[in-house]
Amino acid sequence: MAGLPSRHRSLFLLALVVLLQVLMLAVQIKSDSQGRLIRVWTVSAVSPVERSGAWSIGKFRDAWRHYFALSDTARQNEELIRENGRLKLEITQLQSKSAEADRLASLLNFKQKQAKVPMILARVIGSGADANSAVVYLDQGLHEGIRKNMGVITPEGVVGKVIESFGDTSQVLLLTDRDSGVGAMIADSRIHGQVGGMGEPLLDMKHVGADEEVKIGDRVVTSGMDRIFPKDLPVGIVSQVKPGASFKQIRVRPSANIERLEEVIVLLTTDPLSLKLDVPAASGNATATPPAIAQPVSGLINTKPAEKHP
Amino acid sequence: MNDTFDLRISESHIEVHKFHGGTILLCVIFAVVLQAFLPVYITKASILDLPLLITIYFGLSRRNPSTGLLLGTFIGLLQDSLSKTPIGLFGIAKTVIGYLASSIGARLDTEHPLARFALTAAFFALHQGIVVLVQKLLLAQAQPWFTTRLLVACIVNAILGVFLYHFLDRLRKS
Repeated sequence: MAGLPSRHRSLFLLALVVLLQVLMLAVQIKSDSQGRLIRVWTVSAVSPVERSGAWSIGKFRDAWRHYFALSDTARQNEELIRENGRLKLEITQLQSKSAEADRLASLLNFKQKQAKVPMILARVIGSGADANSAVVYLDQGLHEGIRKNMGVITPEGVVGKVIESFGDTSQVLLLTDRDSGVGAMIADSRIHGQVGGMGEPLLDMKHVGADEEVKIGDRVVTSGMDRIFPKDLPVGIVSQVKPGASFKQIRVRPSANIERLEEVIVLLTTDPLSLKLDVPAASGNATATPPAIAQPVSGLINTKPAEKHP
Repeated sequence: MNDTFDLRISESHIEVHKFHGGTILLCVIFAVVLQAFLPVYITKASILDLPLLITIYFGLSRRNPSTGLLLGTFIGLLQDSLSKTPIGLFGIAKTVIGYLASSIGARLDTEHPLARFALTAAFFALHQGIVVLVQKLLLAQAQPWFTTRLLVACIVNAILGVFLYHFLDRLRKS
């Protein structure tokens, strides 16, 4: 550097810094290490700020809702009283259906099976700093038993998977990201495919043959083939079908509200989950609610972390 | 990350601006944290690239290519660390932007809002171009060169940049 003319020094420095980073990229690609140490440092430094920010906004929002934004409360109260009456009537109707539900419950027996699967609730505290990728940060991490490749869901459906886990924070790749993918199938016809993100709200379902019959409105559920998500978790609804040369072009609207995530459930295991149903897979049970959403959320949560691996 | 330096008059009589101690570091950290935090509550905010705007502003203000590129490297690596991208992707792009912003800042008067709008839009497009180029060449990832979303992001960031730079001007030492 010292021997260079002063006007060339910055150019030399530019070339040097870019070259170093190119080498760093090359090393990461080869070793797949993803520069973990620098990520750990940065996430450790930033996540407390995000955590306190989320806490502050939550408190402010609560205070605003409960103390200041009360102008419509009286009107809402009247509406709620009317709605309450209507709901009482519906309850009477639903009670007659509950007997039928009891029979189905004994068939599915789902609650007991899901209770065996370790899960944990986590709060979304931040998102990725890159506009082109869909990642979020959760307020639970290694200490709570969260590991890489664990599935992340909401009661509405699949959200994504854990791609990095730090001390008290973890990074989740959302289903809408270009690099994400989940083994999926059409719920009624059991046609298998792969659902992945396109960097936009809709998902893309690949590898469905051009001669297969897929309709708009068909439900898409997990196939369990990716060994991350249990079978039959809702993924989305087919919203667009176009013919293709070999494969159909299918767009799927995600079941989970991925753009408005606040709390999620992390499946605390990377082992294949055996949440198989007792109901016949491809029978005319198309209108049955997917088992994963048939149970209340509180019934799904097991706050005990999975056994930690060394 | 030295925030103070001598007021120099270059050959083209362009002023080099000084900032209070710690201003640049605080702005950088605030921008990166906000970039990671804001989209959780405002989904559309993911279209913004606050770290890039900060890189451009301090590059244009400091007008020293060496410090400009090092600041760009630092901000880019921070952003990489909070993303799922390989470390260095944004680092390379922001290094180049930091260098170019400082070099241009040393030759042109970049105080006028229209000049700032045009420069920010151009740097945004170039930044995106470098990111896509690196993704295609080094990471073998298929990425589109141009989308409508990018065009919107370019304009939105350029408009935001004009207002943000006006605010950051107030942090200069008088």
